[in-house]
Amino acid sequence: MQQTFVQPEFRVKIDYDKCHKCGRCVQQCGWGVYDFNERPIPHDEKCRACHRCVTFCPAHCITIEKNTLAFRDNDNWSTDARKAVWKQSETGGVLLTSMGNPKPYERIFDKLVLDACQVTNPSIDPLREPMELRTYLGRKSDSVSAEPDGRGGYKLASSAGLERNVKLDVPIIFAPMSYGSVSLNVHRSLALAAQRCGILMNTGEGGLHEDLYPYQDNVIVQVASGRFGVSPEYLQRGAAIEIKIGQGAKPGIGGHLPGEKIDREVSATRMIPQGSDAISPAPHHDIYSIEDLRQLIYALKEASGYKPVGVKIAAVHNVAAIASGIVRAGADYIYLDGFRGGTGAAPAVIRDHIGIPVAIAVAAVDQRLRDEGIRNQASIIAAGSIRSSADAAKAIALGADVVAIGTASLLALGCHLCQSCHTGKCSWGITTQKPELTRRIDPEWGADRLTNLIHAWSHELQEILGALGVNAVESLRGSRERLRSIGLDEQTCRILGVKPAGL
Amino acid sequence: MMTKAATVAPPAGVIEGYRQQAPSVTRDGDVVTVDATGIYYQQLNDAIRDEVSGGAKRIVLNGVNGQRYVGCGLRVSGVKLEVNGCAGNDLAMFTDGAEIEVFGNAQDGVGNTMSSGRVVVHGDAGDVLGYGMRGGNVYVKGDVGYRVGIHMKAYEKNIPVLVCGGKARDFFGEYMAGGMLVLLGINTRDAAQRIAGGFLGAGMHGGVIYIRGTVESWQVGAEVGVTEADEDAMAELRPIIEDYAGAMGMDAAEILSQPFTRIVPMSHRPYAKLYASM
Repeated sequence: MQQTFVQPEFRVKIDYDKCHKCGRCVQQCGWGVYDFNERPIPHDEKCRACHRCVTFCPAHCITIEKNTLAFRDNDNWSTDARKAVWKQSETGGVLLTSMGNPKPYERIFDKLVLDACQVTNPSIDPLREPMELRTYLGRKSDSVSAEPDGRGGYKLASSAGLERNVKLDVPIIFAPMSYGSVSLNVHRSLALAAQRCGILMNTGEGGLHEDLYPYQDNVIVQVASGRFGVSPEYLQRGAAIEIKIGQGAKPGIGGHLPGEKIDREVSATRMIPQGSDAISPAPHHDIYSIEDLRQLIYALKEASGYKPVGVKIAAVHNVAAIASGIVRAGADYIYLDGFRGGTGAAPAVIRDHIGIPVAIAVAAVDQRLRDEGIRNQASIIAAGSIRSSADAAKAIALGADVVAIGTASLLALGCHLCQSCHTGKCSWGITTQKPELTRRIDPEWGADRLTNLIHAWSHELQEILGALGVNAVESLRGSRERLRSIGLDEQTCRILGVKPAGL
Repeated sequence: MMTKAATVAPPAGVIEGYRQQAPSVTRDGDVVTVDATGIYYQQLNDAIRDEVSGGAKRIVLNGVNGQRYVGCGLRVSGVKLEVNGCAGNDLAMFTDGAEIEVFGNAQDGVGNTMSSGRVVVHGDAGDVLGYGMRGGNVYVKGDVGYRVGIHMKAYEKNIPVLVCGGKARDFFGEYMAGGMLVLLGINTRDAAQRIAGGFLGAGMHGGVIYIRGTVESWQVGAEVGVTEADEDAMAELRPIIEDYAGAMGMDAAEILSQPFTRIVPMSHRPYAKLYASM
């Protein structure tokens, strides 16, 4: 057998003095790290550092360490670069990975700070005063008119064009992740949590399993280039419909769910054969222009009784002009997915080198739509590594209506960001279809954790809004004056519409 | 002082040149005739949906001239639409069960993401015909455009069938994942053209393509195997051709009198070896 040059990334250390020899680690590990011969014997090369064994070891005797094997220092040839060359010369393959871009590009959100009220205007205490997080996803009318309400006051003369909007109790929704890339129990957890929180989950491009029908009013159904699971019934069930053009983790390329992940249930939900690869072409072959996009948007409206139709794109260089075209094509919302966004599988070269940060994309799109006088015609959803309520607040201040969280929601369910979703062996039962692994997520447990996360971030958002002295999240939207930058160059500040701290 | 007349922009998304009003409808039992002349697609489709829920079994649409989305998303069986004129883009898109017969040509996207039903076009059809179709039958009498039958897919008992009586352009059956695509090359306006263009069956990983006559090796994608259709293959094809010939008023025996080329994918997992896991 040919010896690989790629040495294990981690060392699995077991304190055998403490070890109960119970074999729990053997049973918990989805990667097959452990053999058992009177005691667990780890094979370091299979370890993904997902901590499933560490978490469930009753003796707390397992630690995972980095393999500290020394390489001759070379700032130019990182050890990762050397390993990639070895791996590719051994296999001839495109390097496949998962989750979001981990490279040390500038993290814009970490260079932005929020404002607060001091002395000259009062801050608000959200624990004791009303603080509104509700918002609406969809097209708003160009104008509103009021009429007397018969009690001496006024009310809106109509529904203010909100009748085709989706009401969200908080401006945080779950990002699209397909059944197939994640397990059905993950979908159930997300749907249950979305219903409890008054928000939305998103099917991704894998269809809507019938177990999710009771939650359909809290589900965005996605239409991607593979058209998996897309039937008139599917379109009529969703609260909104989303055309997926691109994804932040892999702009411009298609999807590819390997045949071994397509079991009977996935096959039935996607409406494709079992065991065949599910290939999503890179483009929609009925969309080669903005006019074609408009044709699909209105086809979906015709087929669904005029539900809101959004368009998801990856944040790329010319995003503002593209977004303008999307709004003019009739989209009710634009979903901007930044280059840190996660994926169930993507070539590393694409994930790590294509796309732009969501913060910049949101600012550019919001400004362009305002300049063109069409900002009211579509909501903006920002996604692609919203890691905290602070990121959410900053994205909203830059111009987003709503943020979507994918990676954060998977972290809530046990994900440790080991970047191995594409293997289908997720020990946490998230990105796998193996029954012995998927049953590790109980949807009630999952929904509780997701609900906790949404509630916690919601409270934090209220605290932020209170500090800013505003009582509604919609008052923060596009309010870039409430942001300042630290250490960003002048050009980036100009694009963001944000002044440097001190000004 | 001069006052400028206010220009009223049409609502966003509205295609100009049509009248936004309900079409005139005449009913005779469960047969309904709709005058679609100059009517915008939204009002036309509203009328079709109303008539279907009112129990109409046969809906004749007269004066159709490019209206999009006729029959789009129609979930009903036992109902037939007859289109007199030129059907616009996305005819029978997402259709689940209805039968549509077009006496004229059809534009792009016929049967797009169609679930089930039957579409017969007594003329030519445009590009992206049958894109993502997962069930039902689409029969076109004449020539078809580019990207026809892309990503058709079969699922359990749903097997889409698309038969084109004329010639096709590039990318016929690209990404095909299931079902049957048939190209006859008979009813064509362009005798000089090849029966199909390039990239035939490129990326194909399911289903079968039948071509009446032969294609050259440069025309087909790298992922397919090309053979002459044998007895078993012809047994699979014959009932489809008979059904098609019946719908078009053609002679099945004559269509079947020439040998067919059979194109199938060599793998259901064409890209399985492309990647190395990190």
